[in-house]
Amino acid sequence: MTAAWTFPFGVDFMQRALVAGLAVGIFAPVIGLFLVQKRLSLMGDGIGHVAFAGVGAGLLLNVWPIWTALAFAVVGALGVDWLRARRRVAGDVALALFFYSGIALGVVLLSIGGGLNTSITYLFGQPLTVKPSEIAVILVLGAAITVTMWVLRRTMFAVVTDEDWSRAAGLPVDGLNSLLAVLTAVAVVAAMRIVGILLVAAMMVLPVASAQLLARSFRGTLLVAICVGAGSVVAGLAAAWFWDIAPSGTIVLAAACVFAIVSIAKRTAPRSLRQEEHA
Amino acid sequence: MPLAVRDASEPAAAASRRILIETHDVRFGYDREPVLEDVSLTVAAGEFVALVGPNGSGKSTLLRILLGSLRPDGGSVRIFGTDPGVFDERWRLGYVPQRPTLASEVPATVAEIVTSGRLSRRGWWRPLSSADRVAVAHAIESVGLAELADRPVNTLSGGQQQRAFIARAFASEPELLVLDEPVAGVDAESQRRFSDSLTHLIREHRAGVLLVSHELSAVAGIVDRVIVLKGRVLFDGTPTALMREGVSLGIHREDLPLWLEGLR
Repeated sequence: MTAAWTFPFGVDFMQRALVAGLAVGIFAPVIGLFLVQKRLSLMGDGIGHVAFAGVGAGLLLNVWPIWTALAFAVVGALGVDWLRARRRVAGDVALALFFYSGIALGVVLLSIGGGLNTSITYLFGQPLTVKPSEIAVILVLGAAITVTMWVLRRTMFAVVTDEDWSRAAGLPVDGLNSLLAVLTAVAVVAAMRIVGILLVAAMMVLPVASAQLLARSFRGTLLVAICVGAGSVVAGLAAAWFWDIAPSGTIVLAAACVFAIVSIAKRTAPRSLRQEEHA
Repeated sequence: MPLAVRDASEPAAAASRRILIETHDVRFGYDREPVLEDVSLTVAAGEFVALVGPNGSGKSTLLRILLGSLRPDGGSVRIFGTDPGVFDERWRLGYVPQRPTLASEVPATVAEIVTSGRLSRRGWWRPLSSADRVAVAHAIESVGLAELADRPVNTLSGGQQQRAFIARAFASEPELLVLDEPVAGVDAESQRRFSDSLTHLIREHRAGVLLVSHELSAVAGIVDRVIVLKGRVLFDGTPTALMREGVSLGIHREDLPLWLEGLR
């Protein structure tokens, strides 16, 4: 079995990290693409704050934190979507109140339940200790996100690109916005054991940011973002192995490096090449 | 300037046509401030109607009522004989919103934008068929963007982008096209293409067109009827009848905008 794996993925825990990490590297940019187009790049970060309260509740109640985080994140995402759609209060302020209340509630629940040390795994992620049961949850949730978004990609594209027109065209805009919010919450929870609540938004946004610079279509951006996301996971895990450093950080830094390299390459590319791109 | 509310020379044939839009004594106001009073109008199949009026005349409000996003305080509105609030065959109504350019964060091609227009006809949850792809290609071709179909929309000129949005509306093969200020800031070539596309839609598909604009010189030759709105309908008749009031649509480009400004 191990012969099929290339060094450094020859040991069990690295293989488990790779499988779970690749899933995150695929589904996080899939959701992120639609959030970026909708100008809600930091939505994943905010929902992560609310999910943290769910982690606290899970550790306090002795329930698997993934389930409680999922419940809190989904309710939080729907709440944010409701506030955004109805513009009941100033957008940024309302979201800040919502998100920081979430993380504050998480801290309080963890201090009561005595789980502050355990919560580090969820805050910063730790793919090297991911268990088979957690991998199963990540794969199932990731597959649900990816398949749903692929099936609805054209409709979701229409809604996130031009909401007013989509409404006039009779598309179920409110329902699809809520679905996107719920799937974002699911993605945050599915990814938190790998890259952590604090870095999950990075895996949604950074691969898309690189892909935007390389692709010339929405579909192309989606495919390039998936490749960058998956590639960052492989490179990040390998770097963590060789230098014995935190893999969640190296995965995200790998994605950031890709963006930096692509940006610089685009800026320094010969003018003739750039013009050709716009021809 | 005194204006005839109804022009007697209005083509009698219109009366026998299938009515696509019909409003009767529509009233609407924001916070007790009346915006629309007793607005009655019709748009029939195969008819090109231009709705004009000065800023603040209620054009946008009327458009939102027709699209079903606002409910009138009084009167009745029918789209294809149905209340716009419950009208669910949305593919029959193509809509081109007022927008100079698309603010897309992610690259999106003309073909991808236009494909969106097919969703309401196909069913938003269903995959596209080969017939849908043909309809999308035809819509792109009809606005003269076939060679640019794979280009990112945000690398095109404002006029080309506007044609992409018109193609998106065409993609559902609508029976009624509603356009909100579609030629504002658009280059002459795009205006000519725009006029040709609308002529094709009306002649080949017998669609009705309702165009909201300050400026009608690009479509002066194909407008059947002009409705002047300023809270209420001040004029509803042919361009020829409007000419008798001293306002030409095509000869002097600034005629209509200046005249509308004088109505404020």
